[in-house]
Amino acid sequence: MDSTTMEKDKLTLSEVSLGVIDSVKTSVNVKQKVKRLYRQIRTENIFKKMLVIMGLIMIILVIGILLTLIVESIPSIKALGAKYLWGKTWDPVQDVYGAYPFLLGTLLTSFLALIISVPFSIAVAIFLGEYYPKGWLPDFLKNTVELIAAVPSVIYGFWGLAVLVPIVRSFETKIGVDPFGVGIFSSSLILAVMIIPYAASLGRSVIQMVPSSLKEAAYSLGATRWEVIKSVIIPYTKSGLFAGILLSLGRALGETMAVTMVIGNTSIIPKNIFAPGNTMASVIANEFTEADKPVYLSALIELGLVLFLVTVVINMIGKRVISKFTNE
Amino acid sequence: MKMKFFSLKNICAVGALFASMSLTSCGGGGTDNKSDSTASASSDDNTLIGAGSTFDYPLFSKLFSEYNKANGLKINYQSIGSGGGIQQLTSKTVDFGASDNPLNGKQDSALTAPVIHIPVTAGAVVISYNLPDVKDTLMLTPDIIADIFLGKITKWDDAKIAAINKGVKLPSSTIVVAHRSDGSGTTGIFTTYLDKVSEEWHTKVGKGNSVNWPTGLGGKGNEGVAGSVKQTPGSIGYIELAYAVQNNMSFAKVQNKAGNFITPSIASVTAAANVTIPADSKISLTNTDAADGYPISGFSWVLIYKEQKYNNRSADRATKLLKLLSWVIHDGQQYSGALNYAPLSSAAVSTGDAILKSVTFDGKPILQ
Repeated sequence: MDSTTMEKDKLTLSEVSLGVIDSVKTSVNVKQKVKRLYRQIRTENIFKKMLVIMGLIMIILVIGILLTLIVESIPSIKALGAKYLWGKTWDPVQDVYGAYPFLLGTLLTSFLALIISVPFSIAVAIFLGEYYPKGWLPDFLKNTVELIAAVPSVIYGFWGLAVLVPIVRSFETKIGVDPFGVGIFSSSLILAVMIIPYAASLGRSVIQMVPSSLKEAAYSLGATRWEVIKSVIIPYTKSGLFAGILLSLGRALGETMAVTMVIGNTSIIPKNIFAPGNTMASVIANEFTEADKPVYLSALIELGLVLFLVTVVINMIGKRVISKFTNE
Repeated sequence: MKMKFFSLKNICAVGALFASMSLTSCGGGGTDNKSDSTASASSDDNTLIGAGSTFDYPLFSKLFSEYNKANGLKINYQSIGSGGGIQQLTSKTVDFGASDNPLNGKQDSALTAPVIHIPVTAGAVVISYNLPDVKDTLMLTPDIIADIFLGKITKWDDAKIAAINKGVKLPSSTIVVAHRSDGSGTTGIFTTYLDKVSEEWHTKVGKGNSVNWPTGLGGKGNEGVAGSVKQTPGSIGYIELAYAVQNNMSFAKVQNKAGNFITPSIASVTAAANVTIPADSKISLTNTDAADGYPISGFSWVLIYKEQKYNNRSADRATKLLKLLSWVIHDGQQYSGALNYAPLSSAAVSTGDAILKSVTFDGKPILQ
């Protein structure tokens, strides 16, 4: 940024000096050129200022949200202390709040969804990035995958409730667990579908960026396509692929509506992955409107704070992993 | 180059200003609920603003559009939930709130001035079930309902259910309990009922718009619970009467205090309200004394301040609000039946009248 402005400054300066030589007779012209130069510098400065202000506003927004969450959860922190995090009871009547079942639910659904979705998203990324980068079918597939990300989550929830849940229920009847249909497993399936596009599109673009010289070198040594993917493309792109997966995870952690509709919404700790549960985001969405006691409301906001911190921690771990990959 | 240093300094200054602004604004955010009175209602005296119960919303839409046709008064009702309505009334940003439960102690103490309750309609919660092979209407006693929702009765052919429903061939399948996952006045009425009829429910769970359910699946909204019940054979759940009727769901007869098994209907809910109503109208109709009343029913209230002169409100505005509410509890009641709301009982209307007459503007009564 700095260097480019300086280059531009230099350019205009040389222009001016040229102008001075060209039109010695007309000093008016020189004045005009100098004026123009100042105007350009001013525009540059205003533009730069705007960029910095926009950046600052983003930082202030995030810090503001964090501060608001902290300030608003003080009553609950005071009343419940750290026990809030591992308390297993969520009882609005007795004013006892424990976030553990929801923390567990959020992490379970998100990671399960990630495990289910990764094979699909990596496969789509390799297919579109390496095998068929051009043509009507890959284009169609690419647009379809991107469309998955554009569908509103309430539609996934509705589809999940109407189509997926009965299928899961009959599956559960077959394997002999309680046939609720709704539960951790169903919501993980829905989440898995919803998060595929994030890892897939990022994966596709990093795979396309693998230098062809590397790939051709491998081919010339007699490597098969599978070997090229395994030993050249994946190692070369792993930090990018991981970043995409991280993006998916972030989406899964915060998803509210679709999960609320199929998870079963119970504050009892799930016994297995087919049991109903609840996530932090769904609890907030469900109970916020009718939270009629100050500590209750504050406990819900503290749940938001915990979710915020979980997301931050997971992102930080992810960044560390990415930078480790890149350094290798 | 000099310019650049200058601008950087400027930017820092602007940034610092922004930061301090945001800090002060969020610092205040927690406490200034009461002080933002400037946002009070709207300055246009021909538009009244209300907020609250989602249960009342379909009825209110009809009522307010009829009233608008007749009197030209606009009413903007936001169905954000009873709790939200009470909060908005507390911060004096609306003319009236609507709630399915009377104010609880903590909400009451948050108020700066007394608020009165006017009953506007009554609703009921039905016990809906999905037993494809059972053709007769199931009969349930308070004990059975409490035990099912406590997770103590887990099979449909339990001896307790069979003893009441003689001649009905009950399946041996597991009972799947469905309840509301969102905080709701419907849950409020249902748990208030269970709290009254079952000692064990009272000690283990209690009553409230959201409770810690000992068992079952949560569904969001009436449609969520209804969806679970419809989809899952062997399930049972509680739903608003209006919703169950409109969606042709089967629901049980419930034994009331007098020992009669009552089918929930508009008539039996109105009957439930035909009891002695206290002067402040804050009565729960659950487990009613009325012999032909359905036991799981309750009023829905509109809440307004007893002294209408606050936040520079005009006398005109207060009069309009009072006239509207008076219309709602008299002429407005004719519209409730068609929408599956129970019309107010005569006892409720006369109590409502007395309460409306007690409302004052600057110390003087508004309605004569």
